[in-house]
Amino acid sequence: MPEDIINLIQESVIQGRIYKDDEGMDEGMVGQPGVTELVESALASGLSIQSIITKGLSGGMNIVGQKFEAGEYFIPDMLASAQAVGAAMEILEPYLAGSGVNAKGKIIVATVKDDLHDIGKNIVSILLRGAGYTVKDLGNNIDTQAIVDAVREEKPQFLGLSALLTSTMARMADVIQMLEQNGLRDQVKIIVGGAPVSEEFAKSIGADGYGADGFQALAVVEALTSGTEN
Amino acid sequence: MPRKGILVDRPFERLTREQAELIHQASMQILTDPGLISFNREAVDILHSHGAAVESIAGDHQSWQVKIPEQLVLKALDTAPKTVKLGARNPDNALIMHGDEPRVYLITGSETNIWLDVDFPTYVNKADPTKEIRVPEFKPRRGTIDDLCQSAHVCEHLEMVDGYIRTVNIQDRDITEENKDVNKFFASLNNNTKHFMSGLTSLKQLDNVVRMAELIAGGKKALEDNPIISFITCLVKSPLQFVDDTTETFIEVCRRGLPIVVSSSPQAGTTAPIKEAGIMAQINAEVLAGITLGQLVKPGTPVLYGSVPVRARMDTLGDSYGSVETSQYNIDCVQMARFYRIPNYSTSGVCDSKIPGQQSSIERLFSDMVVTMSGPQYLHCAFGLLDCNSVFCLLQAVLDDTHFKMIEFFLRQPRVDQPELEAMLKQIRDVVATSQKLYIGHIRPVLRSGEISGVYPFEGSGEADDVFELAHERMKELLARPVEHIDRETTARIFEEIPGILPRLNIYESGS
Ligand code: B12
Repeated sequence: MPEDIINLIQESVIQGRIYKDDEGMDEGMVGQPGVTELVESALASGLSIQSIITKGLSGGMNIVGQKFEAGEYFIPDMLASAQAVGAAMEILEPYLAGSGVNAKGKIIVATVKDDLHDIGKNIVSILLRGAGYTVKDLGNNIDTQAIVDAVREEKPQFLGLSALLTSTMARMADVIQMLEQNGLRDQVKIIVGGAPVSEEFAKSIGADGYGADGFQALAVVEALTSGTEN
Repeated sequence: MPRKGILVDRPFERLTREQAELIHQASMQILTDPGLISFNREAVDILHSHGAAVESIAGDHQSWQVKIPEQLVLKALDTAPKTVKLGARNPDNALIMHGDEPRVYLITGSETNIWLDVDFPTYVNKADPTKEIRVPEFKPRRGTIDDLCQSAHVCEHLEMVDGYIRTVNIQDRDITEENKDVNKFFASLNNNTKHFMSGLTSLKQLDNVVRMAELIAGGKKALEDNPIISFITCLVKSPLQFVDDTTETFIEVCRRGLPIVVSSSPQAGTTAPIKEAGIMAQINAEVLAGITLGQLVKPGTPVLYGSVPVRARMDTLGDSYGSVETSQYNIDCVQMARFYRIPNYSTSGVCDSKIPGQQSSIERLFSDMVVTMSGPQYLHCAFGLLDCNSVFCLLQAVLDDTHFKMIEFFLRQPRVDQPELEAMLKQIRDVVATSQKLYIGHIRPVLRSGEISGVYPFEGSGEADDVFELAHERMKELLARPVEHIDRETTARIFEEIPGILPRLNIYESGS
């Protein structure tokens, strides 16, 4: 039953299960198909990409969001669900073009040169993927030039930069400057974050947005997408 | 199923086995030279008839010098039960204590004269009147029977409280020397289904309170099997004196076979030597003397080795429960009781501080942690007690419960075994192979299993310190939660058979 598969996809997102061997939120889930297996069979049975994404994945994630607001879910639960959505989106990516689903956009993220801190950036990536964005994570300690090259080649809508050291924060400004020099600045919205970074700092270097944590990162990206951010 | 308590895997000890042995020998020597002074005739007769040397002391009060020979003590240590059960109205709240098992039960008490109310008046900043804060204000007053009911009620719901010793002395106008015992027993038992331990105000009331306990437990035999009440007597006054009236009470309780604590509370510096070896040799001798007397009255009487040693404050010569040495002495006593394999009643948590605050938290948490780690079976850890045992604050008791949850968590045994390590090796290899290298996904299976300790439950929002207000909210919540009172029929029988209980305590009649 097609409807059933959609419901199961939604449930597997709520349970935060990617593969059939994964444990879920509730007992006794191991062995039942996870979100990747379910998405494969949904595709095989001809379900529309649209319904898989909007009803299944986003529907599940909305419920997860409500549970989080209500204090029933903690961040690890939220991240597990986001990871499940991310894994499903990876499978769906080749089918997006021409599916009628508006792809939410591509985001490149990186921790800047000389900075090895990547926990926060990884969390930001997971949440963005979970919200349906295509995230290309360049990693940490990434050369300014390499970031600019990636923007040129991948043509993302967003660039997310992370820095955790006062000494590496300035690299974010370097990236923006080099993008300008290369005539790429207008093609991409730039958001920045990391413990020492602030709203003011973001403005001062000419970034488009700032997020104090993963949820704000997502909110600011969504706001920039819909054009409500100024 | 008895309560679980906190099982301390490898208890912390200060003394080596040899040092414990030396203290034991010194105590034995003390019991024959100088021996004890007894102000109680019956104790003298009992000890004398079993071979103790007795000599009358000239003076105003009748008193005797009693020298207790070592073999009498050793025999008593032999007949004293190594396992003691303290029952409870709710049998699931029973406490089973093995003298050689460091399983810690946490107990409230003991009685203070002052009850501390708390209120949160608002203060306005003089420089900027738009700024207001609420500040806790503590107001002391004399304790009443209503307070006792409230405290028993809240302690019923405090998770970490395993047994109840009443926390406040009832000083209502209609409470007399004569009716105090029946009222304090009834108020406590009616609002709390955990074990109830108490001292007696008047020996004349002993049979009344035992009868009350029989009615509640379901008869004489039922009370024997499930002793829902027990007694505490400080029959020894340091240094080395059997007091007349409490010794009499002690003998009478032993005759009835109910569990009893032999407790001694010497103060290092005034009523015991200020040196650790000295107070230890003396308190151990004092407790052993009491245990010996009890076992002679009725061999097999369940006793607890009760120790409340304390150091004197150098400024006032009052008790300094908050001093570090007090915890050291208590830990030594726990070890001595374990040396004899007799369950121990120990003390922690009482603080010098007069109101809840930083000092009270530091003093009590310090002694609560270290003494719990030593593994006493029955830890009178003084939920809510302040000002060296003279003030009780229910708000503080709620805070203490939280802190004991942390201690309980801390003392859980580590799980390190082959299957666990194999699972961890797999997890490490799996995560290292991923690009993000985060273990967050593996938090989930343990997130709700109780394997992860919680954040401090009274954490405020932002930078405000809301601990007291949040704890106060919690206290009100617990008071609003019902308790299982003694049933209507039993209550009626208690009021019929036992004289002196205030009619307003009868929840079925007073309409409250
Ligand atoms: C963990 C950690 C490390 C780990 C990093 C491991 C890893 N895989 O990332 C290790 C041990 C490797 C490390 C090393 C060092 N560290 Co370090 N480290 C930390 C620490 C304790 C926590 C950082 C963290 O992961 N937080 C948890 C995550 C979830 O939070 P977050 O990173 O802030 O991310 C959130 C937000 O900021 C935001 N966000 C993050 N990125 C982005 C990006 C975008 C686009 C957006 C919108 C939002 C966003 O969302 C995230 C999720 O909510 C911080 C202290 C702190 N309080 O921040 C010090 C800290 C950052 N480290 C510090 C230092 C000094 C160092 C070292 C120099 C120490 C040394 N002498 O070797 C080295 C530097 C190594 C290097 N070259 O980078 C200092 C920095 C001080 C300064 N001058 O700025 C700090 C502040 C500690 C301190 N107080 O001294 N560190």
